[in-house]
Amino acid sequence: MSALCFERVTYTYPNAERPALRDVTLTIEPGELCVLAGLSGHGKSTLLRVACGLAPHFHGGVFAGRASVQGRDTREYPPARLGELTGVLFQDPETQLVMGSVRAELELPLESRGESAAAVARGVEEVALALGVDHLLERSTHELSGGEQQRVALAAALAGQPSLVLLDEPTSQLDPVAGDELIGLLRRLNQEWDTTILLCEHRLERCLSAADRVIAMHDGALAHDGAPAAFLAWAEREAPALLTPGAKLFSLAGLQPPPVGVKQARARLRERELLPKVVEPQGQAEMRVDHAPRRKRGRFWGRGSGAPVEVHGVWFEMPRGPAVLRGVDLSLQPGEAVALMGRNGAGKSTLLRHMAGLLAPTRGSVKSAGRVALLLQNPGDYFLHERVDQELSAAALRSAGLEPFAQRNPRDLSGGERQRLALAIVCGEGEPPAALALDEPTRGMDREAKAILGAELRRRAEEGQAVVVATHDPEFAAGFAERALLLADGRIVADGTAAELLSGGWYFATETARILGGADGALLPEQGARLLRAPGLVEAQA
Amino acid sequence: MSVRTSLFVYRRHATPLHAARAGVGAAWCLALVPAALANDSPIVLTAVLATVLTAGVLAGVGWELWRSLRVAAIVAVPIVAVNVLVSRQGLTVFARLGDLGPFGQGDLTVEALVYGASIALKVTILMLATTIASLAVDPDELLRGARRLSFRSALTVSLATRMLPVLAGDARRLADAQRTRPTTEADGDSRAGRARRRTRLIGAVVASSLDRALDVAATLELRGFAHGRRAPRRHRVLSRHDVAFAVSAVALLMLTLAGKLSDFAPFHTYPEVRSGPVLPACALAAALALVALLPFADRRGIAP
Repeated sequence: MSALCFERVTYTYPNAERPALRDVTLTIEPGELCVLAGLSGHGKSTLLRVACGLAPHFHGGVFAGRASVQGRDTREYPPARLGELTGVLFQDPETQLVMGSVRAELELPLESRGESAAAVARGVEEVALALGVDHLLERSTHELSGGEQQRVALAAALAGQPSLVLLDEPTSQLDPVAGDELIGLLRRLNQEWDTTILLCEHRLERCLSAADRVIAMHDGALAHDGAPAAFLAWAEREAPALLTPGAKLFSLAGLQPPPVGVKQARARLRERELLPKVVEPQGQAEMRVDHAPRRKRGRFWGRGSGAPVEVHGVWFEMPRGPAVLRGVDLSLQPGEAVALMGRNGAGKSTLLRHMAGLLAPTRGSVKSAGRVALLLQNPGDYFLHERVDQELSAAALRSAGLEPFAQRNPRDLSGGERQRLALAIVCGEGEPPAALALDEPTRGMDREAKAILGAELRRRAEEGQAVVVATHDPEFAAGFAERALLLADGRIVADGTAAELLSGGWYFATETARILGGADGALLPEQGARLLRAPGLVEAQA
Repeated sequence: MSVRTSLFVYRRHATPLHAARAGVGAAWCLALVPAALANDSPIVLTAVLATVLTAGVLAGVGWELWRSLRVAAIVAVPIVAVNVLVSRQGLTVFARLGDLGPFGQGDLTVEALVYGASIALKVTILMLATTIASLAVDPDELLRGARRLSFRSALTVSLATRMLPVLAGDARRLADAQRTRPTTEADGDSRAGRARRRTRLIGAVVASSLDRALDVAATLELRGFAHGRRAPRRHRVLSRHDVAFAVSAVALLMLTLAGKLSDFAPFHTYPEVRSGPVLPACALAAALALVALLPFADRRGIAP
């Protein structure tokens, strides 16, 4: 019996003009690990919601066709009954934790199913050990970090030992380390317990090597269904926006077939004696104490007022809590594009809040040569009105390219459009800010939206604004930043060019850099392809 | 890293009270209340207040209790003031406000002041005991028992408990986002402008809480809430801390009852302040404090 079967499923949300799923026919066999790919708004999340029964039972709407989980028709069985077979994990872990303590969270699904006290205790113990959250059992759920919350939410979804696990961008809020840990965990679940996994993910490079199949969605319909290698070959022709950086590197360098993961890419380059020799050892970028102005551009040129933002020996110690920032020194120059990286809880958001004046340092000082606009993590927090044109003037909407959406509700915009609107709101309509700080702006964004945002940030930097972005996404950082900072435990532990910082690490490195071993500081597929194509730069390994 | 929530919510600390099961911990906290309500003697009331504060410190929630004490003081002062102004009882006048028309003579008495202070002290103790209970008793475990009786009602209370810090976090985040918006000319920095911004912020918080509620409802659906099954009965062996706090709670109630029935520490406010001998009152106060705090002495096996 199939783990999940869709037969000509078409589904339309209430009050929606177009169906979110169109005529989808799909079968997933037990024990498969499938990745669901596609741009935002093309039906991936809806497919998961149909599979777990939330659509139509919870959301309403119009449903046609037949979807079944292990033979159970999702229209006949409510989500609670389907929950005995499926475990579901959505993007935001905070709303998936409904109890006060981790233990109570893991107990709830088992108790709801009427398990005995002994079975509940055993189930909690086993799932906690399997997911490595046993040390968190007595902790309060609101005390957990983002990564811990995601892990506990997954544990709660798996507590009943479901045979099918549905995950909707589970790594979008995690740093690269926690994201990789989660993917590793899913691979283990799949391999050791034969759990069927359907994973929706934008950063395909993270999970493609673990996948048996990739299902691509386009405009609510199934666009491709095949093995990862076949998917990459298809994406190269039909949907380049879905290509992984490694596959794009091969495509631009004229190499075939596209690789599934770093290991395969390196093996193929090695076979063809194309693997560049790393001439200089690439380590962590050196700590730089002073930051001489690299250049001044745009309207700030010639002002002579110095840095838009200067942070001097800033400490932030929470009352009865830890020190979040420990003597941070930082100076941003006009026109500089900076990526601020580091693990969850390293102090990135706190540093940005200090720059924008939302927090005051407990020691040290922050000086700015003008307004520092800060875009916080959730763009929806900026919307106060029912229509886009009530949030901003027509001229500001035009300059942000949002005029076509003037009559729409801001909350109905796509992720990228919401981000653009929020960015326009914080930047204001008068004098542009001296510096622009963005906190994790690419969460849940597809590559296309990220590219648009990166271009917008580069444009603002060209105009002379200092742009600093806290991000977990090395590919995005490499695409827009010229300087990168690595924050750890409230300290800047590395400060250098993006090429230095993002080419030498294990976690904070782009896929291209990992494939090419950091050679020549190539971070992006375009740079890597140039390196592979230029015979003078390639020294084949003996 | 975000700044921590300022709400009083349960956190598991390594203290004997946290180590006791929720039902016993809650019973112990509640047992402090009759000790305050049944006694009027300032010596006993002060001792109970000191006991509650000490218990808070020993339970690792001293800082939160201090904040609660400040709120209690805001409540206590009006209680005393209103009683002094309204009460027409008592013989010892310390200030005369003259003829207040329909309210009669405005004579302020020492007895009304003492009575008001006694009530304020009792309210303070009640607030502090409740604070300790909310900080040191696991609400999930407590409500788990209630779920056996009424699954949906108890789970709703659990959710409300969980949602409080989440919604407080949302409100803080939304407020931060609004602070980063440049001030528009339409709003300005006037009082009216600030009021408009505040109104819009409240609207956004309400909208956000509705979104949260929808997400949580979806999660509950998936976790089998619709089954509505009773939580299974657990058989847990009593720990040393369960026994100690249970015995302490019972002893507190018995001491309170015995003290009340035997009028061990008599204290009368009206028509004039009359107090019994000091020694028995001190003995009762010491006994209550000792019985209440003794369970904190055993610190074996308290780590989470």
